[in-house]
Amino acid sequence: MRIDCKHVWQHISAYIENDVDPQLRAEIDRHLETCEICSAVLDSTRNVVILMADDRVFELPAGYSERLHARIDRELEKPHGWNPDD
Amino acid sequence: MTAPNPEFEADCIRRILAGEKHLFHDLIRPCERSIYFLLFSLLKNETEAEDVAQETVIKVYQNLDKFRGESQFRTWVLSIARNEGLGRLRKISNRREDSLEADTDEQTGDYTPAILTSWREIPAEALEQKELGNLLRKAIEGLPEIYRNVVLLRDIEEIDIRETAAVLKISEASVKVRLHRARALLQRDLAPQLKGFASAKRRWFGGRA
Repeated sequence: MRIDCKHVWQHISAYIENDVDPQLRAEIDRHLETCEICSAVLDSTRNVVILMADDRVFELPAGYSERLHARIDRELEKPHGWNPDD
Repeated sequence: MTAPNPEFEADCIRRILAGEKHLFHDLIRPCERSIYFLLFSLLKNETEAEDVAQETVIKVYQNLDKFRGESQFRTWVLSIARNEGLGRLRKISNRREDSLEADTDEQTGDYTPAILTSWREIPAEALEQKELGNLLRKAIEGLPEIYRNVVLLRDIEEIDIRETAAVLKISEASVKVRLHRARALLQRDLAPQLKGFASAKRRWFGGRA
């Protein structure tokens, strides 16, 4: 079976996740060998996914962790009884 | 993201409940980044996200004896964060039309990506340029809520599909569909804008145009 570009686009995310069955994967790979548009779509999508995972894209606000742990400290000072039988 | 360590967590929880309360700091630390960004993706406001993150963590502490170990600790924590965030959202709004369940998985999956004939990879070092991070953040923040959550958990915090589904209380199939659409929207939006960063780097650091 020959698959077309639209078909490849539908599976790009699963392809990146390595979540397509081997037969479909082989068909997509065959299509990619000759289709520079789909290759570029795949590469750009994968590149975006990789960049998003970089911690520099989303940085915590300065002092977030310190303020969070200071808040925890205030809570820990309170007497707290968990119910051991709960 | 720090990988969860169930043995460490179970031991920590047991000891905290037995009185070593200070260990709670170590227990929650690996989750604190994900808590914040999950809430930020819901609330789209730094102050609100941080405030609800603190409430979430206190709630986790107060309910620690209720954690049964049936899910991963982080899944449990992020579910609490999401509930707290939804509660806050209800309080502050006038919910936006695009939010929550307004958008469903039943829409047709067809889309046309940004058509390119070649793609030169943008290396992670390009993130040293603030502009690139800004573009990525703006694109993600512009996604409809149901896609933003999934991208946040799966692609930004790198939590697997199963756990993402558990936190959002949707099926794994829905996570996959939403992830696919989100990535497609991001590619369409970003690819034309990002192309410049590959060549810009060469020009700036390589000394040649």
